Amino acid sequence: MKIHEYQGKSLFRNAGVLVPNGFPAFSVEEAVEAVDKLNTDTVVVKAQIHAGGRGKGGGIKLAIGKEEVRQRADNMLGMNLVTHQTGPTGKQVQRLLIEEASDIIRELYAGIVLDRSRGRFVFMVSTEGGVEIEEVAAETPDKIIKEWINPNADMRSYQARKLAFSLGLEGAQVKHAIKTFLALWNVFRDYDCSLIEINPLVITKSDEIIALDSKINFDDNALFRHKEIQEMRDLSEEEPSEIEADKYNLNYIKLDGTVGCMVNGAGLAMATMDIIKLHGGDPANFLDVGGVANADTVAHGFKIILSDPNVKSILINIFGGIVRCDRVAQGVIDALSRIDVHVPVIIRLEGTNAESASELLKSAEQDFIIAVNLEDAAKKAVQYAN
Amino acid sequence: MLVQGITGKEGSFHTNQMISYGTQVVAGVTPSKGGQKNVNDIPIFNTVANAKKETGANTSIVFVPPSFAADACLECIDAELDLIICITEGIPTKDMVSVKNALEHSHVRMIGPNCPGIITPGVAKIGIMPGFIHKPYGNVGVISRSGTLTYEAVHQLSCANIGQTTCIGIGGDPIIGTTFIDLLALFKEDPETEGVVIIGEIGGTAEEEAAEWIQKNNFSKPVVAFIAGQTAPSGRRMGHAGAIISKGKGTAADKMKFLRSLSIKVCDSPAEIGISMKTLLDKRITS
Repeated sequence: MKIHEYQGKSLFRNAGVLVPNGFPAFSVEEAVEAVDKLNTDTVVVKAQIHAGGRGKGGGIKLAIGKEEVRQRADNMLGMNLVTHQTGPTGKQVQRLLIEEASDIIRELYAGIVLDRSRGRFVFMVSTEGGVEIEEVAAETPDKIIKEWINPNADMRSYQARKLAFSLGLEGAQVKHAIKTFLALWNVFRDYDCSLIEINPLVITKSDEIIALDSKINFDDNALFRHKEIQEMRDLSEEEPSEIEADKYNLNYIKLDGTVGCMVNGAGLAMATMDIIKLHGGDPANFLDVGGVANADTVAHGFKIILSDPNVKSILINIFGGIVRCDRVAQGVIDALSRIDVHVPVIIRLEGTNAESASELLKSAEQDFIIAVNLEDAAKKAVQYAN
Repeated sequence: MLVQGITGKEGSFHTNQMISYGTQVVAGVTPSKGGQKNVNDIPIFNTVANAKKETGANTSIVFVPPSFAADACLECIDAELDLIICITEGIPTKDMVSVKNALEHSHVRMIGPNCPGIITPGVAKIGIMPGFIHKPYGNVGVISRSGTLTYEAVHQLSCANIGQTTCIGIGGDPIIGTTFIDLLALFKEDPETEGVVIIGEIGGTAEEEAAEWIQKNNFSKPVVAFIAGQTAPSGRRMGHAGAIISKGKGTAADKMKFLRSLSIKVCDSPAEIGISMKTLLDKRITS
């Protein structure tokens, strides 16, 4: 799960990480009121969307005085912000963050992620703040300094110290950086984050270390123990069909193609998308219906796939292990008799009771196409979609 | 072996399936149900340590819900079992970091989590895979990050008349107990295994690390790989917690390119896994 910058900054603030004073604004009026609450005339108006690259896309603007804030906020709220992360369709801006501008003398980078190879979390810093960290990693990897966190202990002071000195910090900056790094680790640990990134983390003229940005992702598997984080979820940032699928415990991700897919198991679902592409089609979605492929699940699956107007055919690919294919077949037949599916449906069932499933499908009144194997299924699904 | 969570719906169902396949299930563990017996007349214990002491079980399969699963695994490590198979999906990453660390400081091997388990066809299965799709007494091993896609691959092998020695689902999470490399090392030493199928997917670098290991260790048995997720979008978790392209890293294209650069046979299509292995094995016989 992702949250907005202003939400992340509130977590930082509570943990003792310095952030600029600022207030979220959902309307132009709130944006102007925010200026009143801040003790400055020079503020930054920042679009709050779940994507990076906002500055280049026109989503971050300096404003001096209430009138300019009003103008900027008016322009930004409701605008379609396109960045390299939003894709060409962009994202509509519905929230702003109005915060005081900072006197910056240096821009740094700080981040915490999981190092999958080592099975540990890793704290990374770099002197190259304010630019794409992926570029730094690719071109000058030695400019990213790492400290791995011992799974049996917290981040240690000496680790924070090593990072601070490696950034070339001096005097009071060192002390402030250590406090900031340790506090960031506390946020990461306490809320089961999967990613924290601050780019840039800045040093001000008064030697303070301030998180000018915040990007936090959370481990979905751990959300059950963080009610306060769940409440920060912004559903308007998500695809409506994906929210709907979530209600039925269906794992659905909308894509841009024309061949809808309904598959049991995530790996097989990805492989099904891949083979569709190999045969010249484009998958319209990822959909893992999981271990229970009964009439209800299948019916919900159909509805969600068909909510996408681009879908021209639907491929059902089920490898029955514990799930019996004859039950899945009956589920598909029942679902098709209950809801109106106006595109061709291609079915491939393999595994437990596949033969009796095939008999069931052949004798059914409903109209669908039976495929004999994975390749045949993909070919037919693509052929009918074109 | 013992079953943690034996009285739950899944645990109970699969205990029965495993016994039918020939697996020696001797104990179950469900806290506060110790002293009772399950439907298959398997004695239930309150703790893993007790179950081990009373029955001699050296392996556990874990069906415990995600919020308690890491603790269940740590209990097995504490009881010094030999092997843990963790089926549970959805364990928080932070919890698994602790488990991984505990494993590294012990002699216990763990398969999973978020996996279908392990099967030696015709002998025993510790997992949730359908036994009948496998072909016993074969010569090919299968290692996979997936569940049903593994069944698809195994089915293709069986249809091509290629039996399997052992098939292992290593799990779809970012942190897992046993890796491709750990198992390749075992298959290297196994005289019955003459070829290995590797099923990877997007996210992480496990496939690349396996490929490097294959090259550095003169692994001479034929390897066929498939990487799922060639069409997966960036930044989205594709079902499995570990199947995510983060910041352009971990794409199927990169993995396939890297494996091919080390002369490993990589299938473009998931429908070609069985036939590709057959071709490689046949070539070995004729040459």
